[in-house]
Amino acid sequence: MIVNLSRRDFLKAGAGLTLGVAVPALAQMAGPGQGGRGATAAGAFEPNAFVRIGADNTVTVIVKHFEMGQGTFTGLPTLVAEELDADWGQIRAEGAPADASRYNNLFMGPMQGTGGSTAMANSYEQMRKAGAAARAMLVAAAAERWKVDPESITVSRGVVVHQPSGRTARFGQLAASAAKQPVPQEVKLKDAKEFVYIGRRAPRTDSRAKSNGSAIYTQDVKLPGMLTALVAHPPRFGGKVKSLDASKAKAVKGVVDVVAIPSGVAVLAGDFWSAKKGRDALAVEWDESEAFKLGTDEIMAEYKRLAATSGLTVRKEGDAVAALASAAKTFEAVYEFPYLAHATMEPMNCVVQLSAEGCEIWNGEQFQSIDQPAVAAVLGIKPEQVKLNMLYAGGSFGRRANPQADYVVEAVQVAKAIAGRTPVKLVWTREDDMRAGYYRPMYCHALKGGLDGQGNIVAWQHRIVGQSILAGTAFEGMMVKDGIDATSVEGASNLPYSIPNLGVELHSPKMGVPVQWWRSVGSTHTAYSTETFLDELAAAAGKDPFQLRRALLAKSPRHKRVLEMAATEADWSTPLVSARVGDRRGRGIAVHESFSTVVAQVAEVTVRRDGSWRVDRVMCAVDCGVAVNPDVVRAQMESGIAYGLTAALYGAITLKDGVVEQSNFHDYMPLRLTEMPRIGVYIARSDEKPTGVGEPATPVIAPAVANALAAATGKRIRALPIKI
Amino acid sequence: MITLTVNGKKMAVDADPDTPLLWVLRDHLNMTGTKYGCGMALCGACTVHVNGQPTRSCSTPLSSIGSKKITTIEGLAQIKEGKAVQDAWVANDVPQCGYCQSGQIMSAAALLAKVKRPTDAEIDEAMAGNVCRCGTYNRIRLAVKQASRSLK
Repeated sequence: MIVNLSRRDFLKAGAGLTLGVAVPALAQMAGPGQGGRGATAAGAFEPNAFVRIGADNTVTVIVKHFEMGQGTFTGLPTLVAEELDADWGQIRAEGAPADASRYNNLFMGPMQGTGGSTAMANSYEQMRKAGAAARAMLVAAAAERWKVDPESITVSRGVVVHQPSGRTARFGQLAASAAKQPVPQEVKLKDAKEFVYIGRRAPRTDSRAKSNGSAIYTQDVKLPGMLTALVAHPPRFGGKVKSLDASKAKAVKGVVDVVAIPSGVAVLAGDFWSAKKGRDALAVEWDESEAFKLGTDEIMAEYKRLAATSGLTVRKEGDAVAALASAAKTFEAVYEFPYLAHATMEPMNCVVQLSAEGCEIWNGEQFQSIDQPAVAAVLGIKPEQVKLNMLYAGGSFGRRANPQADYVVEAVQVAKAIAGRTPVKLVWTREDDMRAGYYRPMYCHALKGGLDGQGNIVAWQHRIVGQSILAGTAFEGMMVKDGIDATSVEGASNLPYSIPNLGVELHSPKMGVPVQWWRSVGSTHTAYSTETFLDELAAAAGKDPFQLRRALLAKSPRHKRVLEMAATEADWSTPLVSARVGDRRGRGIAVHESFSTVVAQVAEVTVRRDGSWRVDRVMCAVDCGVAVNPDVVRAQMESGIAYGLTAALYGAITLKDGVVEQSNFHDYMPLRLTEMPRIGVYIARSDEKPTGVGEPATPVIAPAVANALAAATGKRIRALPIKI
Repeated sequence: MITLTVNGKKMAVDADPDTPLLWVLRDHLNMTGTKYGCGMALCGACTVHVNGQPTRSCSTPLSSIGSKKITTIEGLAQIKEGKAVQDAWVANDVPQCGYCQSGQIMSAAALLAKVKRPTDAEIDEAMAGNVCRCGTYNRIRLAVKQASRSLK
C-alpha cells in the first residue's frame, strides 16, 4: 500500500496541523503500547493532539502510526523531541486512538492507517511542527512568568533557560501555563544543521519493555470475565457450516459456549487450552459446494498459459515486439512465484468488548479507517462508536492491515453471537493463521529481451500474471486504473533502466484464494524477475552486471549511487576466494526502488560440493532521504533482508484440491539465526525528506542471491523458493 | 490444585494436568511475558527455564513439572546472566516487534549460565531454535557476546 501523494499535496496536507498542550487531569498512563489499557482504566481520556506534557515533566508523544517492529514509536517521537528540544529521557510514546480527523495518514488522504512505508515520510513535517508549536508555547509561558522577551529564551535538552538572568525551568513546571498560551499558527522548523536528534541514534522507546516481558500485545490483554474464542474454519476457502454437533465440545471442562458465525464455529472458554480442546471435539460438516477447489499446480498452469498471450498494456515505449523481431539475439524466461503467508510471530488475534455505548477493541491496530466501519457494519452502529486501542503487534508485514478487516470482524462476530455477554479474545493458532489466506498472490512472469549486434539491450517485454490485491477493496477506485492494479506491476512498470523498446503487460485472473499485500507488495516479485533477467542479458552480452546496470542508470542518479556504494563496499572488482577446495563462490548484485527508497545489495554465496549453500555476506546500500534514526534504518535493512531471504529460501504456500498444505513452522520454514548472513548497511547521505525503510530492503535480496548463485554455478533460478 | 514454583514463589494452579505450562503461566497465573508462537516447540517464543534448562513451555504439560523450579522472563533479572542479557538487549536495541524476544532472552541467559564465554558455534547451537521473523539475529549474536563480556 498505497499512495504517494506529490510533495505539494504533502505540504498542503501538513498545513492543517492541530495541536494542543494539555496537562493531563488524570493519572499518567502506563508505558508505551499500553495506551489502550491505560485509557480505559483512567476513564474517558481522549488526547486531542500529538504532544502532551505532564506536570511530572514527561513528554508524551501521541503516535498515530502502529508499532509492528519498524520503529514508529521511536521515530515519530524523535521528530517531536527535535523541534521541542526535549531531553530524550523524558519522551514517552503512546498509540493514538481511532480518529481520522486528527490522525490520518497524510499520504492516504482522509484515511488513518499504517502501511506502504509511509509512517516517517508522511509525519516528517507534521510531527516536527507539533514539537515546534509546543516549544513556542513553553517559551511563551516562561517569558510571561519571568517577564522577559521570548526571543531571549533558549531551550535545550528539556530545560527552558533565560541566560541573562540565569533562570531555568523544566517543561513540567511550565506545562500548566503553557496550556493557556495561544497555539501558534506558524512555526519555524530547524535547519538540518541544527538537528540534535535527527540523523543520530536515539535509543528505541520500546526496547526495555520488550526485553523484560512487560510489553503488552493483543495476545496479553485480559479483561474481567473475558472468554477466549477459537474458531473452526472450513478446510477450503468459501466453505460454510452445513451442520454442527457441539455436544462433545460443550462437554469439555472449561468450555462456556459454542456458536456458529459466518466464518465458522467459535468455541468459547475461560482459557486457551480449554477452548482448543473444545474445538478439537467439535463435529462440523462443511458445505463446500461454493468452495475453491483448485490446486496451486493447476493455477500456475493457467497462469503460464495466460503469460503466452497479450495482456493489458501497462507501459509501452518504442515497439518491443518489432525490436525483438529484429534483434540480433533474443532471450526468454518464465518465472514462477508462490503464494506467501505473512507468518508473523504473533498469530492474528483481537479483543472485543460490546457495551451499550458501542464496541471497544484491543488490537495490533494497523488500519483504523478500514476496521472501524467494518466493525460498525457488523454491529449496526456508527463507526465513531467503535473505539480502537492500538497495541504493539508481534509483527505484521502487512497482515494486520487487512482490507476486509477479516480477523477483526471475526472477533466481533463472536462477541455479537454471544450478545456481548462477556469480552471476547479471538485467538488464532499458528495453524489457523497459516491457513487463513490473505497471501501474497502467486504470479507468473514472462520476459523477453533482445540484444543488438554490439550486445546492447534493445528490447524488453514483460508480462505479469496474477491476482489483483486491490480488486474488490476500498482501494480499487484509487489504485486500479483501466483494469491495472498498480500493486501488481510496481517495480516493473517503473523499470529505471534506459531501454529503447519496452513493454509491460498484465493479466489479473480471478481466483478464490484471498490475497493481500505482503512486505514490499508488488516489488516482491517484480524486483526478482527484472533484476535476474537483466543479469542474464548482461551475461549473454558478455558484460559485467554491475557496469551494465550503471550504464543503463545514467538517468536514475539515486539508483546509480546506491548501486556504486554497494559494489564498492563489496569490493566488486576483487575476485572472491574459496575457503575450501570444491567450494564455488559467487557474488550477485541487484538494485530496486520501492516506496520512494532505493536499495542496492551485493550478496555473496558459497555452494558446497554436496549442493548445500549459504549466503555469507550482504552489502546493502540505501537512499532513504534523511535517515532520521540511522540505527533504525540499519535494523530495517537487516530485517528486510532476513524476511526476503526467508521467502527466497523456503517460502511457499501450496494448495491441493483447494486445501492449504502448510500449517506451522516445520513446513513453512523461517530463516534461523544460523542462516543469517553477515550484513553491512551503508546509508547514502541525503538532505531530502525521509522515505520509508520498513519494506524496501525486502525485495532486493532474492535477486541478489539468485544472481550470486548463477555466478557460482551458472544456473539461473526461475522459480521461488530457490532450489539448486 | 497443583503447586508450582515460579520465579522463587509458590503458586497454586487449578488446571488440568495436560495443560501446557505456557497456558498455565499465561491464562492461570497472568504472566504474559512468555509468548505463544507455534504450539509445537518449533519457534522458541515460549521458552522458560525449568531447573535452569531452557524449555519450550508450549509442549511441557503441567503434570511434568512437579517440584521443578520455573523461571520466566518476569523473574529473569533475579539471575545475573539474565540481567546481563536483558541489559545487552536494551543497549543494542535488539527487539523490533519484540514478540519472540522473551524466548530469545531466556535461551541466551540459559546459555551464559552454562557457558560464560560461548563460541560462535555454541551461540548458534543455543539460539537456532528461537525464530525471529523480524530478523534481529545479528543483533542477538552481538548482544549475547556483549552480555558474556559483562559477566565477571
